[in-house]
Amino acid sequence: MSNKMEYRALELENVTMQFGGVVAVDSFSMHIEKDEIVALIGPNGAGKTTVFNVVSGVYAPTNGCVRLRGKTIAQGHPTGKMRSLYAGSQLGEYEKLISHTPDQITQMGVARTFQNIRLFKNLTVFENVLIAKHMRLKAGMLSATFMLNHQEEKRIRHETLDLLEMLHMTDVKDEPASSLPYGKQRYLEIIRALATQPRLLLLDEPAAGMNPQETEDLSDFIRQIKEQFSLTVFLIEHHMNLVMDISDRIYVLDFGKLIAEGTPREVQSNPDVIAAYLGVDEE
Amino acid sequence: MTLTTFLQHCLTGISLGGAYALIAIGYTMVYGILRLINFAHGDIFMMAGYFMIFALASFPWQIAIPLVIVLTFLLGAGIERAAYKPLRNAPRMSIMISAIGVSYLLQNLATYLFTALPRAYPEIPFLKHIFRIGELSSSLVTFITPILSVVLVVLLMLLINHTKVGMAMRAVSKDFETAKLMGIRINTVISVTFAIGSTLAAVGSILYFTDRMSVTPFSGTLPGLKCFVAAVLGGIGSVPGAMVGGFLIGLSETMLVAFGYSTFSDAFTFLLLIIMLLFRPTGLFGEKTTDKV
Amino acid sequence: MKKGIPWIATLIASTLLIAWLTSLEANKANHGMLISILQKSVILAVVACAMNLLNGFTGLFSLGQAGFMAIGAYVTALLTIPTKNLDGVYYMNGIAPSIKAFRQWLDTAPSWVAASYPYLALLIGGLVAAAFAALIGFPVLRLKSDYLAIATLGFSEIIRAILASPQLDTVTNGSYGLNKIPGFASILSPFLIAAVCIAIMVLLLRSSYGRAFKAIREDEVAAEAMGINLLKHKAMSFVTSSFFTAIAGGMLAMFMRSIEAKTFSISLTYDILLIVVIGGIGSMTGSILGAFLMTASKEWWLRFFDQPLTLWGWEVPFFRTGLRMVIFSLLLMVVVLFYSRGLMGSREFNWNFLLPETWKSLLKRLPNRRKKA
Repeated sequence: MSNKMEYRALELENVTMQFGGVVAVDSFSMHIEKDEIVALIGPNGAGKTTVFNVVSGVYAPTNGCVRLRGKTIAQGHPTGKMRSLYAGSQLGEYEKLISHTPDQITQMGVARTFQNIRLFKNLTVFENVLIAKHMRLKAGMLSATFMLNHQEEKRIRHETLDLLEMLHMTDVKDEPASSLPYGKQRYLEIIRALATQPRLLLLDEPAAGMNPQETEDLSDFIRQIKEQFSLTVFLIEHHMNLVMDISDRIYVLDFGKLIAEGTPREVQSNPDVIAAYLGVDEE
Repeated sequence: MTLTTFLQHCLTGISLGGAYALIAIGYTMVYGILRLINFAHGDIFMMAGYFMIFALASFPWQIAIPLVIVLTFLLGAGIERAAYKPLRNAPRMSIMISAIGVSYLLQNLATYLFTALPRAYPEIPFLKHIFRIGELSSSLVTFITPILSVVLVVLLMLLINHTKVGMAMRAVSKDFETAKLMGIRINTVISVTFAIGSTLAAVGSILYFTDRMSVTPFSGTLPGLKCFVAAVLGGIGSVPGAMVGGFLIGLSETMLVAFGYSTFSDAFTFLLLIIMLLFRPTGLFGEKTTDKV
Repeated sequence: MKKGIPWIATLIASTLLIAWLTSLEANKANHGMLISILQKSVILAVVACAMNLLNGFTGLFSLGQAGFMAIGAYVTALLTIPTKNLDGVYYMNGIAPSIKAFRQWLDTAPSWVAASYPYLALLIGGLVAAAFAALIGFPVLRLKSDYLAIATLGFSEIIRAILASPQLDTVTNGSYGLNKIPGFASILSPFLIAAVCIAIMVLLLRSSYGRAFKAIREDEVAAEAMGINLLKHKAMSFVTSSFFTAIAGGMLAMFMRSIEAKTFSISLTYDILLIVVIGGIGSMTGSILGAFLMTASKEWWLRFFDQPLTLWGWEVPFFRTGLRMVIFSLLLMVVVLFYSRGLMGSREFNWNFLLPETWKSLLKRLPNRRKKA
């Protein structure tokens, strides 16, 4: 393995994710350099969210491996029943099984948002962000209960307020998260992810349901947080304006397979991509 | 222990298992469709016991048995309408709490109406007729129970797999929302499910109590829980699974009692449950489901 | 609100409460019923809060309360039955020599240690239950909602069967149960113990760990994505809840003076669940209120339904033994079906209602709300 690879923010190698007989992602390889903004696009059902779920530890890959800053965080090969069902390729290279739970991956500095917003609906806006600070807490349960860590508690409350300030959400901080308008909820989810202090941020369709003006504001926001928190960003998006605007590079998935990759300009003119999105006449 | 006594215990166990199987089916079907542990099912079974006492007091058994089945059927369907239907869109915990509430209500109602003292279960003469096979002797009910259970399960399987209602039931248990969108009348399907479950519970109660001789307001609780365990063992949602689970629990319970560990017979059932949940949460015949993120 | 006001209000309220309780105790003969209901309520309030911690705040539907209470009760009983009475209690089965020797050894301790025995016994009962909870928690807590409910319920039944088993007769005294358990020294002590237990649970819920529990309740997937270790936090909640449940079990033993395995059947768990539901799932205040309301109505206010009633020479039909519980369960069903949020929903008590500003802002907000809608 070359030296250069170790510094890559994220690397997927031959990742296959298969559910029963359905191959959701098929031998997909990709990488993200540090400080890049990389987009993953493709028609609905192409397997994009599955890729996110593999990276964030929700699924263990059926085959292949995932590396974070050079460290293997997930690796697998088909076992048990899957051995006979397996329909992907590149078998046999990933003997050692490695897996991490989503919370461990988050602690390693990967944060994500969800396609169908998953805020803690009945908790306040403030609490939603504050919870993300919990995993960095040093105090144990007993000392936290008896408020022996009030310094720490005070600090995380401050940090949370600062994050909310950035979004001008301090005035609604005590409202339940579900009472926010849809667009604000998407922003809150991003802020909540930021509160875990990630190095790699995974955004799953952040602009879904936004109008062109809001989408434009969102691209500015993503750029802003990328600079401010020195993040690497990996996003799934259908709004092509946003994707073309902010991505350094783009990967295109169709039916679980990689069909194109490159800069926005290259991808835009790629005939396979156009065919995947618009369909081709089969004659 | 001689072979004869051993076989005798086996026979008792299989018979008890047959009654359990019939009750377990009620749990498994309701869970399959509503994802609800119907905590009141054991109490419906208990009420069926009381119905029989009163029915046989005024009618011959040829009328009493169908009457009991009809009454239990009405009770089951009525409970569904009154206590579960209003909560169809509520969180799952609420509907489970409602089920516990119904169970509480039925027990208290039975205590009020029939007092907490055990009531003698009437003898149905032909069921008590003693039969002999070789050296084994037992009343007819012991022989009938497992056979009847298997026959009813086969009939039920035919209903589920080969009729329109059965197809609707299968669809609803696979995906509640989509089935609704496909124009399946959810409420009808659910009512049919409760009706079938209660009917089988009524049959089960006749077979069970004929061997036990008395009914109290609390005689449904423990058999109810055991039958739920049977349903989980077999794989919740699977009718043949519930039957196998029922026989398994019935046999193991009888054997433990026979070997002198009667205090542990109930605990063993739950131990079996916990072990099963840990190593194969989907049960013997259950299907695996994955959550979507 | 100024920082001091809630403290002062709490202080005044507790002083009044203590004064009232002391006056009740001074007049025990006239208030026997009230005192016993208050004690039972406060004990159930502890279990209800512990159950709420698990069910309402962490979203884990557990039905193992009776089992953990049984552990607490038996440990407390074994540690507190006066040594001189042990032989009398176990006259049928005999007592395990090791227990007797241990108790005799305990009696050699200095008197100031002996004075704290009842509290120590409760604490030890709690710790034993917590250890059990940790042992079964890690495997069982992986299960999804209703499977967890049935597994914990099964666990509770297993505990009961073990306690009732003939093999343990020399320890648990089998179906004879344990009696001659010393009661509370004063009516204040159950209140004091309960207050401490509930206060600790409330503090826990207000801490970062409490927020993590709530996050798990709201959305497990999102909580995990926030770096919260699900199993660890669920186990924390489960163990803490079991600890306090067992303490309440020990208090129940001290309250009833005699226990048997039957006391800790599933219906005890259901009773507690219903208290939690009436009070509001997700409100500690609700659980406390629920415990008092349920106990008082069940054992006192609705009593008259059980006696034949004659009004102006006309005998009201249906009034006989058992009607009380029917009415009570019907009321419960009404709450479950139509007021599923219970008395308090997820709100908690605070002193804000004392402030004029609260009333003003409430009045101001009313028309505003209407405009928004």
